[in-house]
Amino acid sequence: MAPAIKYYYDLLSPPARALWIALKLAKTPFEDCPIALRKFEQLTDEYKSINRFQKVPALVDGSFRLSESAAMIRYLADKNQLTDQLYPKSLEDRARVDEFMGWQYFNLRLPTGQYFLEGWLFPINGIKPKPTAEKLEKLIKNVEGSLELLERLWLEKDFLVGENLTVADLIGSSDIEQLKLCQYSVNEKKFPKVAKWLDRVRESTQPYHDQAYAFVNKKSQQAAQAKL
Amino acid sequence: MAQSIKYYYDLLSPPSRALWIALKLAKTPFEDCPVALRKREHLTDEYKSINRFQKVPALVDGNFHLSESGAMLRYLAAKNQLTEQLYPSKSLEERAHVDEFLEWQHLNLRLMTLTYFRDAWLFPINGIKPKPKAEHVEKLIKNVEGSLGLLERLWLDNDFLIGKNLTVADLLGASDIEQLKLCQYSVNEKQFPKVAKWLERVREAANPYHDQAHAFLDKKFKEAAKAKI
Repeated sequence: MAPAIKYYYDLLSPPARALWIALKLAKTPFEDCPIALRKFEQLTDEYKSINRFQKVPALVDGSFRLSESAAMIRYLADKNQLTDQLYPKSLEDRARVDEFMGWQYFNLRLPTGQYFLEGWLFPINGIKPKPTAEKLEKLIKNVEGSLELLERLWLEKDFLVGENLTVADLIGSSDIEQLKLCQYSVNEKKFPKVAKWLDRVRESTQPYHDQAYAFVNKKSQQAAQAKL
Repeated sequence: MAQSIKYYYDLLSPPSRALWIALKLAKTPFEDCPVALRKREHLTDEYKSINRFQKVPALVDGNFHLSESGAMLRYLAAKNQLTEQLYPSKSLEERAHVDEFLEWQHLNLRLMTLTYFRDAWLFPINGIKPKPKAEHVEKLIKNVEGSLGLLERLWLDNDFLIGKNLTVADLLGASDIEQLKLCQYSVNEKQFPKVAKWLERVREAANPYHDQAHAFLDKKFKEAAKAKI
């Protein structure tokens, strides 16, 4: 029997988290290879030989190395290592999942990523000071521009692509949940569909959702308490 | 016989251009549906019913509407409307490597080249923003060259991005860089020798369609070069 795929990840990284949940839901055997971003383990020479881009997530399958969560999803799916529900085989459903995964880079990943970096990661690591109120307002405005597009153009059904959870939902929700670290949560009056969708994603991915978000939830509770 | 796919595009858009070249190389029959971005045709209600995101490229296949170049080319490949060389569907690992580039380029090459193009050409030309100050241009170029450095160092061990043959990865990557001709930017072959040679290889492998697709860019680049003399 072929050895299990090695999965390199850090639950602090939204795409790494999303793919971790997918692997758990699909009950895919994998070798657990956590990479501690907070200790800069991704910058070691050792990790460079795993993934030359020095990012997470990444996988090693025998002598084959691959990075980029969407590429990894497709590779795993075509090796029957995910489920048909998570990454559909039907041409049109699959195309729709692909469409979301392409769309989300500029529209969700970029603005949420920027808010996360400037609003939490850089200040916490002493790389930059906390953003000014004005800057914060702009970062949030960009995120909410994305949420507005999500609300209006992607959420006519229960999930992003039809009635069932797919990797698209895992990837998309992971970026938004990341903002808990900035004490940001989606206003359900402003974005009712997005808020309900996030609940649905959470419910349909338990217990793995809570496991995957343990660190994020802990850190954001700590920060909320520190403010009191 | 099934109707051919309707392809909505503007050669001013890098992914539109790349996919157009791919369709031509694969000799895929398609109905030509140009959308003039400069006339804001993508913002019409009519186009909104074609692609709700109001961008190019997009395709319509019967009742099925699709946007995002990566999604589109996979859909076309799965319907045998591209070639095995352009998008290697049979080899799992080769295809995964093409996918890896197509994903990687969004927030690396595409983001940096798009920002430079937009701030230095598109916004000023459309009166949306003034021409950027020298300091800002320097920063925009620095970001682009960061990406070119990654390309040089991490992607170009072979003749093309994925092995020995041209794939859609090369078309998409090259298209983003060629876009910068509109900013009078061309790749310095001393600074990025592999990138420079690769761009020439892509052009040769994709001609005559490459030159056809890039006609407007090439014209603008030459005009501006002459104006400086």
